Amino acid sequence: MTKQIIFAITLLITFGVFFYTIRRIVSFFKFTRPAFPIKDFGKRINVMLSVAFGQTKIFRRPVIGLFHALVFWGFCIIIFGSIEMVIDGLTGSDKVLKILGPVYNILMASGDIFALIVAVSIIIFLSRRLFFHIKRFEGIEMKKRSHTDANISLSLILLLMLSLMAMNIGYLGCQRIADGSTSGIYPVGRLLITFLPGLSADKFKYIYEAAWWCHILLIFLFANYLPYSKHFHVFMSIPNVFLSRLDPLGKLPNMDNITKEVKLMLDPDTAFAAPAAEVPPERFGVKDAEDASWKNYFDSLACTECGRCTSVCPANITGKKLSPRKVIMDLRARMKVKGPLMVKNGRDFNDNHSLLRDYISEEELWACTTCNACAKECPININHPTLIVDMRRYLVMEEASAPGELKAMFNNIENNGAPWQYSAEDRLLWAKDLELKIH
Amino acid sequence: METRKIEIPLMADLFAKGEKPEYLFWVGCAGAFDDRYKKVVRAFAKILTHLKISFAVLGKEEICNGDPARRAGNEMLYQMQALQVIEIFKMYEIKKILTICPHCFNIFKNEYPDLGGNYVVVNYLQFLNSHIEDGSLKIDSASLDNISVTYHDPCYLGRANDIYDEPRNILRKITGNLVEMNRNKSYSLCCGAGGAQMFKEAEKGEKEVYMERTEDALKTGAKIIATACPFCMTMLTDGLKYKNKELEIRNLDIAELIAQSIDL
Repeated sequence: MTKQIIFAITLLITFGVFFYTIRRIVSFFKFTRPAFPIKDFGKRINVMLSVAFGQTKIFRRPVIGLFHALVFWGFCIIIFGSIEMVIDGLTGSDKVLKILGPVYNILMASGDIFALIVAVSIIIFLSRRLFFHIKRFEGIEMKKRSHTDANISLSLILLLMLSLMAMNIGYLGCQRIADGSTSGIYPVGRLLITFLPGLSADKFKYIYEAAWWCHILLIFLFANYLPYSKHFHVFMSIPNVFLSRLDPLGKLPNMDNITKEVKLMLDPDTAFAAPAAEVPPERFGVKDAEDASWKNYFDSLACTECGRCTSVCPANITGKKLSPRKVIMDLRARMKVKGPLMVKNGRDFNDNHSLLRDYISEEELWACTTCNACAKECPININHPTLIVDMRRYLVMEEASAPGELKAMFNNIENNGAPWQYSAEDRLLWAKDLELKIH
Repeated sequence: METRKIEIPLMADLFAKGEKPEYLFWVGCAGAFDDRYKKVVRAFAKILTHLKISFAVLGKEEICNGDPARRAGNEMLYQMQALQVIEIFKMYEIKKILTICPHCFNIFKNEYPDLGGNYVVVNYLQFLNSHIEDGSLKIDSASLDNISVTYHDPCYLGRANDIYDEPRNILRKITGNLVEMNRNKSYSLCCGAGGAQMFKEAEKGEKEVYMERTEDALKTGAKIIATACPFCMTMLTDGLKYKNKELEIRNLDIAELIAQSIDL
């Protein structure tokens, strides 16, 4: 009973802290702008099954992608064991899911095997970060904090897996000395226990209990560390993929408020129609965190800073300042500062800083070729180019700020109907003296 | 060999006669004004004539559809252009649009519908490929004598619209020696001109994007770099010039390769 009470209290604290953090993060969503209506559920489920559960985009880098996929699939299995632990902890039952029979055997066996596979993968990930120079993990946006965060998260996962394996060994040991029957099958545990001959039943019992508590407390700690970490993607990736933009990558979202204005300009009749209700004009494009859409912000929370986007960015590859990963991380960092200020003082609050310039420079924005390599590469369907173009929209339409050559291009389009300074009269010159051979 | 003169039909002329062509052939600003790309448009127009396709161009009535303005953030200018273009299309009751330029293709296909402009938009590679597949366009497969060709995927055909197979199908009909760059299809590297970069100097960096991409192409050892976009054409041709390879290695558009191979 004491065990149950202690467990219930820890669980309550875990949920309490977790919901406090999440509520804070969620409350910032109300400052963001609309993106797109969420419909096409069939399509969304398909995308989620292939991109999230099938890990199809992470396999764009097949070798390291495989290790990530194994970790992901491992988590999907191991979570059943974790749920069981919570039920056992609360009710005092012992391996309650064994009522599932053969399914339970499969779950436990694959969980046991996956624990080892995940542990090995995590060791590979950690050594890549600690002992090898991987270009993708570097960059101006990768501060010391980002590296520490990555290493803490990975170490936590490693400890989770080690404690799970210890738990299974402990359990097997107790049962073996007792009556030999076990609930569930534990192939890796069975193998590892041979290295521990002659341990007494008490010792195994002790290992089991200690590992059990260790594992569940690590889960509680991990869950509450995540929202403050880039590894928040453990929670956010699957919903982020479900909420993916379903349009072709080449499509930019239309600005309907501009359409209204342009139609007024082109059709003088509508100018005398009923005047629009007096609403304060909305800022064109994105200058600060609250101008971004809820999807942009969701993207930023789901980003795990893997750097696949930046590693394929033509601008970044050739030494320009732009890094798509930085753009997403900057939005998250800015909202972390501006969000609480807006909660306190309202959405219009101005702290004399902004996402544009204080975080993301014009030089970065103008280096983008909108080639969509970043968005194509992102394993969880983050879309960087639409945010970059939205920030260009702010620069051009609110500040009339753009590189001189682009302003000249705008003028040419306006005056000659072409981005270059040629006359419409010359549009058919290409067709002069065109001949076809007669065969 | 005998030749006959081709008159490119104008939408306004046909309309005055009460005729409605099946396709509007959207030439695009690069096709109209860029001396190098005019040759590509000429090649494609010859193919259209050869196939006896019912088409017309807007000629002097064509205006920029607003793509570079939009990518550079000038949504206002884009929409002004777009709504004017949509009016012109409405006037001529245009239903099907053929484009060469991938940027024009993308904007008509994906972005004009938001402004009420709904058309069947066909890129010339899809068009050519379907005519090769149905046998109406016969290609002399020995025409290139197995010269090695590599294909550079334009971002706005590839990643933006998932057109990867059509150009490769076509090129395999022309040569038995199609070689891929390391970065190809959805992994393809941009030429550096997208997103209105075509109209400005690049930001400060260590290297030009088009040099990086030209090096990708050179590594394949291909004698011909096939492209399918006016901006990619400019960038890669520049790359070849900087590498002093413009005499050894040719940068040709797929339309030109087809026109050559059927000797139009």
